[in-house]
Formats: sequence, structure tokens, C-alpha cells
Amino acid sequence: MGMTLTEKILAKHAGKASVAPGELILAKVDLALGNDVTSPIAIQAFRSTGAKAVFDRERIALVPDHFAPNKDIKSAEQVKMMRDFSKEFGIAHWYEVGRMGIEHVLLPDLGLVVPGDLVIGADSHTCTYGALCAFSTGVGSTDLAAAMASGEVWLKVPESIRIVLTGKPGKWVEGKDVILHLIGEIGVDGALYRAMEFAGDGLAHLPMAWRFTITNMAIEAGAKNGIFPFDGITKAYSDARPRSKYEVVTADRDARYAEELSVDMSALEPVVAFPHLPENTRPLSKVGNVPVDQVVVGSCTNGRIEDLRRAAEVIRGRKVHDGVRMLIFPATQEIYLQAMREGLMETFVTAGAAFSTPTCGPCLGGHMGILAKGERAIATTNRNFVGRMGHPESEVYLANPAVAAASAVLGRIGGPEELP
Amino acid sequence: MILSGKAWKYGDDVDTDVIIPARYLNSSDPAELARHCMEDIDASYAGKVSPGDFIVAGKNFGCGSSREHAPISIKASGASAVVARSFARIFYRNAFNMGLPIFEAPEAVDAIETGDRISVDMEKGILRNETKGKEFRFSPIPPFMQELVAAGGLLNYIKTRKKGS
Repeated sequence: MGMTLTEKILAKHAGKASVAPGELILAKVDLALGNDVTSPIAIQAFRSTGAKAVFDRERIALVPDHFAPNKDIKSAEQVKMMRDFSKEFGIAHWYEVGRMGIEHVLLPDLGLVVPGDLVIGADSHTCTYGALCAFSTGVGSTDLAAAMASGEVWLKVPESIRIVLTGKPGKWVEGKDVILHLIGEIGVDGALYRAMEFAGDGLAHLPMAWRFTITNMAIEAGAKNGIFPFDGITKAYSDARPRSKYEVVTADRDARYAEELSVDMSALEPVVAFPHLPENTRPLSKVGNVPVDQVVVGSCTNGRIEDLRRAAEVIRGRKVHDGVRMLIFPATQEIYLQAMREGLMETFVTAGAAFSTPTCGPCLGGHMGILAKGERAIATTNRNFVGRMGHPESEVYLANPAVAAASAVLGRIGGPEELP
Repeated sequence: MILSGKAWKYGDDVDTDVIIPARYLNSSDPAELARHCMEDIDASYAGKVSPGDFIVAGKNFGCGSSREHAPISIKASGASAVVARSFARIFYRNAFNMGLPIFEAPEAVDAIETGDRISVDMEKGILRNETKGKEFRFSPIPPFMQELVAAGGLLNYIKTRKKGS
């Protein structure tokens, strides 16, 4: 019996010729990741094991991005704990504020994840790296502690769902719309315990940035991981990074899938997810009149340079609506610089938007953009749960960067084509 | 092991943000997290839950973040277990790693209301709703998971095994 992409990568890392869904394996990790919310618990747990060293100082990345730059004394203490731990154990990939970025954009951009890798991270959106044809999944702090000590993680081999993407997306449709559409179709537990493996001739129309956005949100359908096949687009991205040695993995022709779904991307219009679940989707034309108080462009989902370009294209020469606060969060220092070089930062600031240093702050209601009671935001982030961006009686709508930017001008949810 | 207590019933897709809102994640102190457990779905829970009580919920309990603070806050709140129709993947993993027992028992969930007294026999896979006089069977949790729970979580389990070997 042939294997899926996920099964192949898991088998290789478990030192086995083959694996099958349901099997419990112990797998070697190529990279283990923690942030300032999850690392403190992992560090305490790691110390409690009495371990004297980490398994490999080159294969651990610690990124303070959630409450950093530190929003208060407690978060400063959390980040200090990471900093001290990194120094004590010689962690190679410790990224200090000013040299950091949002973990899931930073690590692939630095080339710390390459095709065929197995990555675990104490952050649910670790599934992002599947865009590079790697197996990556979110775990908790205890799993991170165990992996930092042993270099291994126990995993149950998931069944895979094959998702065939066809057609060319229209002008304002992006990767975000593909994944929101899918989550709307299958629900927030539609891929529970499963791998989402993408395929189809539509892949030719999906740039790397869009693939990252899609796999980033695999967890919002409950999936263990999302994964794209290796192709020319993956190769171009991977070969431009420092760690350019990797092994290409391909799914077997007779691989077994639990289910097959298809999405005709040419038939999609931009999609908006309504509160309070990512599955509450509507096509943009069916949104109606939804005024917004805040617009957020950024996050690990849509804070890449391509996303900022797209939002800037819409907002250029226009003004943010009087009643709206627009916040832009580039995902890394490099993207920040690039936005400066290309004049995007000036476009946003001239339009009346705020431009921030990289942080996850607003996405999870941490800092830098908290909503008051009754307020409503549209964001390019990945979750719109109750209280996600602040007050439990506030609301978050999810959309692509172009729709978010158009909404900032309109003062209500709308698309670029509605702009005068 | 037999667990028993009152039920606190919630719906489908109870996410980690409502179990422990992000605004409290600048702390990892279990007692502090317990004070805010379930706050954005039920502000009364943390003040009224009694040791041994159960959280009972619909499908996909614990969806969202990988924050281990979620099972930590539930355990520290005094709850003995979570019973749900199904669990989100990372929460399932974290709960066992923390030593918080959780059970998938869809039929039992439908027949439980907040305040019902229930008991769970972990080894036999029997849930009794004592208030309503009904009994349900569910797949007992795997032996490995039971050992994790008995040891108080993954790290204690590893330490105990090291001592034994």
C-alpha cells in the first residue's frame, strides 16, 4: 500500500519503512519551537526532568512574539525566563525583539524549515510549515519539554484527506479565501485528527505566501497538519534559503486517503468568516452592512510582504475611514524593512493607519489593538472566537488583506471593487 | 479509579480562548489560571465549582490554541475530568500530558444537564448519571493514558519509569 506525504515523512522520522493511520510512533524532530506563552511552562517542565542538556542546540527555536515587546512586568518575566534558558543551554535560534518576527513567518523565511522536515511547535499554528512539504504540527508545552530533552515526540499517524484545488482564482481572491471557504464547508472539526493534503492543477496559481496562509489555518478545521506537494514554487522558495539541502518527498500514486474534496478556485469570491467561529463563512457579496471599528492586517496568517503589498494596493491614495482604526503588523523585521523600502509603510501611514513592529499582540487580544465592549474588527488573522481580540462582547471577522483594507476605507466590511 | 461530582454543561466547540482567555497568559501559575477558568463562557464557574466536579460539553472541546494553560486551569479549578462528544487534537494530548482525564461519551453527554450528579468508572468505561438514574458505556481510555493520569502527567510518568528501571 502506498503512502501519503504525511505518512512518508512520519515513517522516515520514525526509522520505519512504512506507517499506517492509527499507528503510534516515536519520531525524531528536526526542529522544536516555543514562544513566550508556551515556553515558560516547557522550561519549568524541562528543568523538572533534571536534564543537563538539550538534545541539539541547533534544533530548538525560541521566539518571543506573543506579548513581546513585553506588554507588562509579567510578560517581561516570561521572556526573561526564555532568554536566560537560551543562554544557559546555548539555544542557537533565540530571536530577541528587534531581531525577531512572528514565529511561523520567521522560521521558514530564515530557512530553518525545509521540505521533508518534521517540526513540532508549542503553538497551534505550527502547521504552517506544511506549505513547504514538511510535516509540522502544534503540541503543548509538556511535549515541547520532552522534545527539547529527547529530540523525539510521540505521534499518532493521521488519516489524510486529499483536497484537490482546480481553476485560477479571480483578482481579489487569495489563499485566505480558499482556506476560509474550505473551513466553511467542512466545519471547525471537519478534519479532526486528520492531515489535509493539497493537490491539483490549481496549485500552479498558488504562490508560497498563499500556501503558508492555507496550511496555517489547517488547525481551524481541526487538522493535525496541512501539507502541500513539492513543486517548482516550493523549490524556488527553499533554494533561496541558507539551508538548501533537503530531500524531496512525494506521495505514492496508490496512497490511501480517507476522503477527497475539491475546490474550484475560479468559482470563489472573497470569503468573510463571521463571529465566533472560522466556519461561519459567507461570500463577500452576502455580508450585508457590517460597520467596523478596527481593521488589522498582519499575523502569522497574513503578515507577509505579499499581504502588505495587497493591502497597500487597495489603500494607496485613499484614507482610512473616520470611525476606523487600521493597524498594520508586518510579520518579521525583514518584512518591515522591505515594506519601508517599497514605500508601503508610507502608503499606510499617509492613509491614517498605524504601523507596528512585529508581534502577535492583537491577534490573540494580547496587546496593541484590544477591542472594547461592543466593538467590531475585521482582521487577516486566523481566529474569531469569543473575546479573541479583547472584550468578550466584541466581534472579530476574518478576511483577506484586500478586503480588510477596503473595509478600512469604507468603514464597513466590503471589497476593493466597491471603492470609488 | 472512580470519579464523582456535579456536572457543568456547555455546548459544541468550546475553544481554548474561552477556557482561559489570552489576557491571562502572561502567567503560568495554576492557581491564578484557575481563577479565570471558563471565564468568557461562564463567569460563575470558577467561583462555584467544587472539587471533583465535571465539565461536560459537546463536540470538539478545546479547539484552538495549543496553550497547556487550558487543561492546567481546568485541573487547578478542582474539576476531576472533562466529558465531551469529541475533543480537539492538541487539547486531547495536553490533557493527558497534564494528567487531566477526559472521556469521549457522546450519548452520555446528551443526557446530562448542569447540576446533575455523575460518576465515572475509568477502567470499566461506565458513566452514571445518578440524578437521572441512567448509565452509559464508553470506550475506556487506553492503558497508556490511564498510566499517565495515575502518574499525574507525562513528566511524572517518565520520572517514575526512570526510578523503576
